[in-house]
Amino acid sequence: MIGRISRDAWLVACRDLRIEARSRVVLDQVVPFSVLVLVLFGFALDADNRTLRTFAPGLFWVAVLLSALLAVQRSATLDRSDGTDTALRMSGLSPISLFLGRASAVYVQLVALQVVLVGGLLILYGVDVEDPLLLVVAGLVAGVAVAAAGTLYGALASGLGVRETLLPILLLPVLAPVLIGATRAFDDALGAAAVDGWAWTGLLSLAALILTVVGASTHSALVED
Amino acid sequence: MVELRAVVALLGRFPALSGVSLTVDAGETVLVRGPNGAGKTTLLRLCAGLVRPESGMAIVLGHDLTDGVERRAVRRRVALLGHGAALYDDLTVVENLRFWARAAGLTSGSGDDGVEQRVAGVLDRLAVPKRLVDQRASALSQGQRRRVALAALAVRRPELWLLDEPHAGLDQAGRDIVDGLIVEAVAAGGTVVVSSHELERVATLSPRVVTLAGGQVLDGGGLG
Repeated sequence: MIGRISRDAWLVACRDLRIEARSRVVLDQVVPFSVLVLVLFGFALDADNRTLRTFAPGLFWVAVLLSALLAVQRSATLDRSDGTDTALRMSGLSPISLFLGRASAVYVQLVALQVVLVGGLLILYGVDVEDPLLLVVAGLVAGVAVAAAGTLYGALASGLGVRETLLPILLLPVLAPVLIGATRAFDDALGAAAVDGWAWTGLLSLAALILTVVGASTHSALVED
Repeated sequence: MVELRAVVALLGRFPALSGVSLTVDAGETVLVRGPNGAGKTTLLRLCAGLVRPESGMAIVLGHDLTDGVERRAVRRRVALLGHGAALYDDLTVVENLRFWARAAGLTSGSGDDGVEQRVAGVLDRLAVPKRLVDQRASALSQGQRRRVALAALAVRRPELWLLDEPHAGLDQAGRDIVDGLIVEAVAAGGTVVVSSHELERVATLSPRVVTLAGGQVLDGGGLG
């Protein structure tokens, strides 16, 4: 059972990543958008390096969440055209496999996006990384939470047949706790504030676990009958 | 194989099928005809386990379609050709076929049951030109997409084929290939239900015609 779920999730994740590698939507559109957001924050804060360094963690995660919306919408769109949604229901792939596969593909894209954005923080905002391990772990764990919630709400918005513009209204409130936790963890990792980043990463792990379990267990109701 | 008695099914709030009764035996080819809005597509989707019967009895391949778990089980044994081709534009033809074959549970094993062997077999059978195999699906014409969509279904070797306008968008050669596929499916023990406006063409494949109108079977349901 677990073997079949893993195999099918891998199949779906490889499909989504192969499509992304060919279409380059994330590379050519989402990544430039996220960098643009960082640049615009810089303009808005008058390019004051001290202010930018102080607020860099929050600005980073706002940029990640806004960009994640685009990546999630793209992922949800893949299985909405030309009868692919019906074919998936007929295929024998379990909803759990579909969820895990889609979320994994979104996760890989989010991690790549974070790498680019961290480079942006270093270059544009001049931040110093005081705890690289915390930065990496918090980024990876928060990425799981964002990918899981994004995949779940992307399927929800798609299943309801609502306009894509509704996705941010559904998703962003759910991700608010993740934004807070990830920002606090990055505050510590970048030396922007004296907080216990590892404790916040622990909370992020809990959020990631809950969102993944809820997403996997409810996805069936969204994609089936 | 298929047994429907007084089945009512809704499309939104409106009844698309209003007390449909129909039997289809194993190894049969049945043509379903009727004007637009008669309920042909809903009937096929019901038999595929995609539409829940509101009332009546609906048994397909031994599965009671009033039960959600049973509907999911029947989907794995049935192939439905709908109006879309279910192809991912950024994947090549062969990648699309491999994906749907693996999604159906086929593995990379050797012999006739391996993914590569099945895919090569159906590409050959449906005469998909070799130059198209490694092209992205977005480069295919409508008729070529239809043919590849049929290949994606054939790779699963389903027990029940539900084909909604299978000849639509195909040239003469493509239509002949579809007809050949239907004949082969039945010869291999499969059952085929075809919804088509092309009565003369499909009539050569099956003497049995079921007429739908206004969500009801007017003729040929096979039940008294």
